[in-house]
Amino acid sequence: MQRSAFSPWAYHDPFADMRRLQGAMNRIFDGSRTPARSGTYPPVNFWAGQDSVVMSTELPGLGEQDIEMTVKDSMISIRGTYPDAETGDDIVWHRRERPAGSFLRSIELPFRVDPNQIDARFANGVLTVEMQRPEDDKPKHIQIKAS
Amino acid sequence: MAQEVTTQDTTDIARPNGETAPTVPTFVPAVDIFEQGEITVILADMPGVKSDGIEVTLERQVLTLRGTVTPHEPEGYRRLSSEYREGDYLRAFTLSDEIDLGSINAAFKNGVLRLELPRAAEAKPKKITVKAA
Repeated sequence: MQRSAFSPWAYHDPFADMRRLQGAMNRIFDGSRTPARSGTYPPVNFWAGQDSVVMSTELPGLGEQDIEMTVKDSMISIRGTYPDAETGDDIVWHRRERPAGSFLRSIELPFRVDPNQIDARFANGVLTVEMQRPEDDKPKHIQIKAS
Repeated sequence: MAQEVTTQDTTDIARPNGETAPTVPTFVPAVDIFEQGEITVILADMPGVKSDGIEVTLERQVLTLRGTVTPHEPEGYRRLSSEYREGDYLRAFTLSDEIDLGSINAAFKNGVLRLELPRAAEAKPKKITVKAA
């Protein structure tokens, strides 16, 4: 079978299984339910527009008041804390799989964003943030004159 | 109390009209299950699902939670990078008690489905009378 140079995923990584096993082990022995790998949680998706970018992330169980977002130049930070699970003497737990604890993630964007033009929405556990490039930062069209 | 059932359900089941379902992955939602007094509470994370995309069914003591995702694609934008995927959610549990579907309280808020199942009233022992022939 010919291996295409343009499909890097076709090649078998001998360490992939090992890493997967390590991840599984970490999950087993990680007693706290704090999201693992701090700094990369929560996972985010990005979409690009003309002069704007949209970021989305899944944060089920949080409310608008549990999420804090800050933007400075090209750095966007999301901080949040999952609400505490219900407590009580009469509670008998069977399963606890949902994330708990707090997280902080900072993401460097490829351009500066205008802090006054950020539209953040939270619906059905998904946070969507639309960010615009500042007016003076946008690429300028240059008129070419015939001499 | 609630035993998990692995479902054979996959996304590529043909629909009644002959079309195949779109290829969105199906995830097993993370759940918290606890008992508090007379009720059992199941919390399932289903981000990206609208409340009308939630389906809870109970059939022969198998409680199935299903969430159909509303794909989130900002208009006029192209995908730049993805660290997570969107998909449907499916998870099934076998209940140890007989529970009436009508007595289950369901609420969906911020991407979390919350089900409250009342503990079944003391199961009545069934008596079978033996008739003398």
